[in-house]
Amino acid sequence: MNLWEYIADRRDLLLFETAQHASMVAQCVLVAAVIGVVVGVVTYRRPRGAALATGTAGVLFTVPSLAMLGLLIPVLGLGVAPSVTAIVLYALLPIIRNTVVGLRGVDPMLVDAARGIGMSRLRALTRIELPLAWPVILTGIRVSTQLAMGIGAVAAYVSGPGLGEQIFSGLARLGGANAVNSTLTGTLGVALLALLFDACFVVLGRLTTPGERRG
Amino acid sequence: MAETGGGVPIELRGVTKTFPGAAGPAVDELDLTIAAGEIVVLLGPSGCGKTTTMRMINRLDEPTAGDILIGGRSSRDIDPDRLRRNIGYVIQQAGLFPHLTVAANIAQVPRLLKWDADRIERRVDELLTLVGLDPATFRQRYPRRLSGGQQQRVGVARALAADPPVMLMDEPFGALDPITRERLQDELLRLQEELAKTIVFVTHDVDEALKIGDRIAIMERGARIVQYARPAEILTAPAGEYVEQYLGGGSSMRLLRLTKVGDIRLDTVPHATAGADARQLLAEVEAGGRDFALIVDEAGRPRRWVSAADLARARGPVGELGEETGPPIGHRMTLQDALEALLNADSDLVPVAGRGQAYAGVLSLSTVQNAIQVIKARERERRRRRLSGLTGDGGRTEKDGTGGGGTGSGGTGSGGTGGGS
Repeated sequence: MNLWEYIADRRDLLLFETAQHASMVAQCVLVAAVIGVVVGVVTYRRPRGAALATGTAGVLFTVPSLAMLGLLIPVLGLGVAPSVTAIVLYALLPIIRNTVVGLRGVDPMLVDAARGIGMSRLRALTRIELPLAWPVILTGIRVSTQLAMGIGAVAAYVSGPGLGEQIFSGLARLGGANAVNSTLTGTLGVALLALLFDACFVVLGRLTTPGERRG
Repeated sequence: MAETGGGVPIELRGVTKTFPGAAGPAVDELDLTIAAGEIVVLLGPSGCGKTTTMRMINRLDEPTAGDILIGGRSSRDIDPDRLRRNIGYVIQQAGLFPHLTVAANIAQVPRLLKWDADRIERRVDELLTLVGLDPATFRQRYPRRLSGGQQQRVGVARALAADPPVMLMDEPFGALDPITRERLQDELLRLQEELAKTIVFVTHDVDEALKIGDRIAIMERGARIVQYARPAEILTAPAGEYVEQYLGGGSSMRLLRLTKVGDIRLDTVPHATAGADARQLLAEVEAGGRDFALIVDEAGRPRRWVSAADLARARGPVGELGEETGPPIGHRMTLQDALEALLNADSDLVPVAGRGQAYAGVLSLSTVQNAIQVIKARERERRRRRLSGLTGDGGRTEKDGTGGGGTGSGGTGSGGTGGGS
């Protein structure tokens, strides 16, 4: 059985796993984006707070993903819970860091102008600072998404959902029938999905940045 | 506070601001009364506390002590965000929000005040027209595509959006080229004819202050007011050395850059060609009270210095006596370049070459110094005359809370005097 026959044979299962993978990554990144931006907003004016937040996220980042998933099993068991937790934790660092960098990069003169014409602290943040920092924040989310794709595949180790299943089951049966096909399909699927998501970010970036500000 | 048109008085009472960690107070027990509808310029060197003074009026900086009354109400009793919506704020380089269109920038305060969309749209067009920008062309532009002058026009429009009785302007024209700056100053005066806002204007440019201000508060460190008076009074009766220095100082370097060597009165020395008789030249030198003469070539170009002692020993023509003069100063050089040449020259005097490199006179440090004094005196006289021209025309400084009179034609008529003379 060659690769194409393998894929055609298991089309429904593969489509299901791909959709699961995409959905898991999307939801995890969304959660990480919300948490990350909030943490960034809360800490960016406090050098210590920002250092603590990025430091913590940085330490989590250095833990190998396989070890992280393994360590989560005693706490959260198997399946979706440890997978999602791990992905979110990894996705936080780029988002927090870019939010802090992006907000700090906004010209203080503009914040002063916003406050000077009577915008409240919150309004200046949501109407002026965040929109101006948005391209940088979006880049952070994009990096996080790519990360989440890879870690999502490893999550099959704790019986997480998605294309990782193909890879792990293939690797476990190496030498057996369809082992290579299975691994290859999973890997290619993740790679294609990553490219697709990245393309979405390019479009999202264009749509959310007024034309005249680009380039 | 008034809803439409006109200004309100502002009163600062014993206002002090000390920033944490600073050695002394940035603003030290400042008392200042600003009449309704007047433009008051806070003038002083950077770091003197003038910007801090201004920022306390809209509570961007909170006073450490003292009280600020705006239209009779203590600013402490008004919520800072609300207070600021009633005070126009214009800063250097306009501070426009780059991610919003011109229209959206101007609409910020009306939106904060929850005006309906139609009214905001009408107001935006009205304001763009008021500051001299065509609404159809500029409404949907982004700030990045505007010139500096256009950006600052939009900045002024944004500040005027909700028709606030008070405007604060922090070196609004400081980053613009001189021509644009001049034009915007004229337009601000024209606008003020119609609007009669109370405007606090911060600058370190004396000329701008004299032109814009109904009154000028000259400040030194700690925002201590050295003189608070109308421009004419400051020029005719400057209160002490500091004010005089401020009026004259700073402009010297500018004058040096603007004045050409050929424009000033040069010194002269006895001069002759190499063929001239030494005795005769010596007599001329002694008659002139100098102890040297300049030898020029056939084309009149300066060549050598020759001393009286050398001439006394010589018989017949001067010939090759004396020393080379070194390169002359050209009459098209600026005084600044000439000064540079003088400082680097071996002798106190350097000959000046006029048209065709021919001798036109000599220059020394004291010649330059005298010339600057003369120009400054003339400059001051010119300012004084321009000002008497302005106040003679009457309207702007005396009237407050006009309203009637000439809204359209009267505005342009007296606006012309501001720039024209």
